[in-house]
Amino acid sequence: MLNTILSGDLPRSKVLAAMLVAILVCLALAPFIFPGVRSVDTAARICIFIVLVASYDLLLGYGGIVSFAHTMFFGMGAYGVALSSKHMGAGFDALAIGAASGALLAALLALVIGLFSLRVRAIFFAMITLAVASAVAVLVSQLSGITGGEDGLSFKIPRALGPAFKFADIELFGVKMNGKLLKYYLVFFSCLILFLLMLRIVHSPFGRVLLAIRENDFRAEAIGYRVVHYRVAATCLSAAIAALAGALYAIWLRYVGPDTTLSMELMIDILLMVVIGGMGTMYGAVIGATIFVLAQNYLQNLLNVAGQAVADVPLLPQLLNADRWLLWLGVLFILSIYFFPTGIVGRLRKGN
Amino acid sequence: MSVAPDHSPTMARLTLSERLSVYAPVLLIIAIIILGFLAIPSNSSWLTLTVSGLAMGMMIFIIASGMTLVFGLMDVINFGHGAFVSVGAFVGVSLILALQHLSGSPSLAMNLVALFIAIIGAMGATAVMGWAFEKVIVKPVYGHHLKQILVTMGGLIVVEQLIIVFWGPEEIYLMRPAALQGSITFLGAALEKYRLVAVAIGLIVFLGMRYVLRRTKIGLIVRAGVENGEMVEALGYRLRIVFIGVFLAGSALAGLGGVLWGLYQEVVTAHIGNDTMILVFIVVIIGGLGSVEGCFIGALMVGLLQNYVAFLEPKVALISNIGLMVAILMWRPMGMIPVVKAK
Amino acid sequence: MVDNILTLSGVKTNIAQYHILQGVDLEVPRGEVTMLLGRNGVGKTTTLRTIIGHWRAHEGSVMFDGEDITQMPTPAIARLGVGFVPEDMGIFSDLTVQENMTLAAVSGPIDSARLDWLFSVFPALGTFWAKDAGTLSGGQKQMLSIARAMVEERKLYLIDEPTKGLAPAIISTMARALRDLKNQGASILLVEQNFSVAKALGDSANVMEDGRMSWSGTMAQLAADLELQERLMGLSMESH
Repeated sequence: MLNTILSGDLPRSKVLAAMLVAILVCLALAPFIFPGVRSVDTAARICIFIVLVASYDLLLGYGGIVSFAHTMFFGMGAYGVALSSKHMGAGFDALAIGAASGALLAALLALVIGLFSLRVRAIFFAMITLAVASAVAVLVSQLSGITGGEDGLSFKIPRALGPAFKFADIELFGVKMNGKLLKYYLVFFSCLILFLLMLRIVHSPFGRVLLAIRENDFRAEAIGYRVVHYRVAATCLSAAIAALAGALYAIWLRYVGPDTTLSMELMIDILLMVVIGGMGTMYGAVIGATIFVLAQNYLQNLLNVAGQAVADVPLLPQLLNADRWLLWLGVLFILSIYFFPTGIVGRLRKGN
Repeated sequence: MSVAPDHSPTMARLTLSERLSVYAPVLLIIAIIILGFLAIPSNSSWLTLTVSGLAMGMMIFIIASGMTLVFGLMDVINFGHGAFVSVGAFVGVSLILALQHLSGSPSLAMNLVALFIAIIGAMGATAVMGWAFEKVIVKPVYGHHLKQILVTMGGLIVVEQLIIVFWGPEEIYLMRPAALQGSITFLGAALEKYRLVAVAIGLIVFLGMRYVLRRTKIGLIVRAGVENGEMVEALGYRLRIVFIGVFLAGSALAGLGGVLWGLYQEVVTAHIGNDTMILVFIVVIIGGLGSVEGCFIGALMVGLLQNYVAFLEPKVALISNIGLMVAILMWRPMGMIPVVKAK
Repeated sequence: MVDNILTLSGVKTNIAQYHILQGVDLEVPRGEVTMLLGRNGVGKTTTLRTIIGHWRAHEGSVMFDGEDITQMPTPAIARLGVGFVPEDMGIFSDLTVQENMTLAAVSGPIDSARLDWLFSVFPALGTFWAKDAGTLSGGQKQMLSIARAMVEERKLYLIDEPTKGLAPAIISTMARALRDLKNQGASILLVEQNFSVAKALGDSANVMEDGRMSWSGTMAQLAADLELQERLMGLSMESH
């Protein structure tokens, strides 16, 4: 049963299994175990980022393709939901149409970019996606009439997903049974399903061909697989799932803007999460996203404390400033690629 | 990976269309200039825009040339190239600000001395940085594209953050040296002096680079190495040393580009390098990865197109370059001047 | 004792997970033409590439002129006096013929007397001097490739199938050039599929099979024994 749900990909490490179970339980019961707006918000972000990072892993870890446009696809889903809700009014139909059209558009754009760049050489893809994503980000901030520009768009979601909606007049462990709770579980279960779906994809024959291509694209081509077709297909799938994650993120925040969905910083976060968690493992996305989001929320404070502790030493305070968070992540990123290219998951499995 | 088209072994004269296809990239620049002339109502605006387009193109070329050569020679793709641009801009701008008595003086000679010192300082700093970057970031991941892209991107993040640590998070505004401010009027068009200087420096760099590549032994080694590094080594040349040299030179050129770009924008931020990289990537892709000539032509096309379109329809300027890239890749999937690779 | 310029003993070379050379022993006597023969895919090219250092032997040793070059980097090996003509000729097609030759003169400008000699051996070279090497025909490229290796005096020449796919007239030019080279006292290790060329040039012969040397002796011995040829190399010789 478990084997079927996980598509036969068991964690293969006791520590990893324990971590995964802990994360699953915490996320599943987050509103009850960690009541409070901020913790539930963190839990929802973790859920969404797991899907986003896993969809990126599908591309990077399984396809061996580096993309810098993943936030663009993420943003397409988010803006899709925001725009449809703005124009059609709050409603589940608007959410569904927005998410679906965002995913479809993302897949289409991925198809076009993929056909142009992957046909020639895989590294073109990295460069072209970077250029296209940056151009789109600029365009989104310029077309403020449609996208709200730098300010982004706030929109209304169905009342059933808001705190004012009570579906039962009881409190369970002190938690109100309201729309906010429903919204969290909408996010949680959507993310769970998307994640299991991706697990299924990477263990399907399609996923195995992708792995073969990553190991040796010449040989895969020689055996008779059209490498380009597989890579383009992986790109489209990954883009569509990223867009769905974006749609969930927009629903959760009831807001979309360039900073939350399109920024280069976010792209770098995704890269860090996938590398630190472990490329090409899917579970790495779970570990990476969880650790990263938690660290982002709580470690920055620690960095601040450390910075104040050395306030008298020259240069050190600037280095330990919480705004220099990215500096240390960058260093960590480089070190992990050198020394732990398989990330936390790879390490844990190897130690087994 | 697709194989370069085999050269025809016959010595038959080239047909007209074959000869045209050799010069097609150059003709494309002229075509863009003519299209710009037709689309832009005022001739003097057209001339102004053409000069700024050329200036922008030259700066992009200076930045991109090192990157494309590094790729051609060692198959190393450096996503952190923009870091050199940023560092070059900050070092150069700091020097110009420090040399206020030279750069603020109304004498052109004094200004040029200040500019020269800034450029030398920036190029020196970025060359040293290039050497370190090659050793620490690039060398451990030779022959592994995926890791190269990731690690060099990581290097870029770290360098950008270090710039903020040293220079602070605020953007630095600056004035160009006094004599390079303002513009001259030529045929009724206002041409910014600074842009003319940028065009001149760009041309000097391009011609100098062509000279080195065509007329010196180092140039021969580099050109031969781009095509078949293994054979160059079998002749007895240590390609690794040549590569480090090219990497240094490419980093220094990016530093030069950074100074010029910073003065062009009259403001520098830590992201300046990464911002230029978008155009740089487009340029090296449409030029043909590894080709200096292709890079030059591509840079001019991008610079011109960007300026013309920004005048006609500001919001689509950046998208127009993406469109240009798509069009060129449809025409020549490996770029305008594809580099012949032995393997 | 024979004076060998090059000695391979027990050389094993892996490419990825494949064991291409499985213990190659080879001696190249000084001042002679040593033939390396065998069917396609037995490891002749890999042997040459291991000598020049493009592949590393992970076992065994390569001694050149009294020096152990097994782990030496390619440029250092080349500078000891080893000229290499690879199977794909290794022409720089973006460079002119002149530039190709200039580049090969590692120690300085091309010696004019030697250039005159090369022009006399390969008259076509002068005709195409200023042309891009990429525009040459296959035969012309092959001549350039060999002339390039000969532009400075080397102690040992490693030449991989110089007559492959060439017209008979060009093959005889090529053979004459190699004989000229030999008469100057150079040592040559030659991979060759054309048996008549091998017979005409070779002093000693080594036949490879499955990554090992299966037979070594004089070229005359091998040339005289049809049955031996048949057994060692099958029909591959005659078909070329």
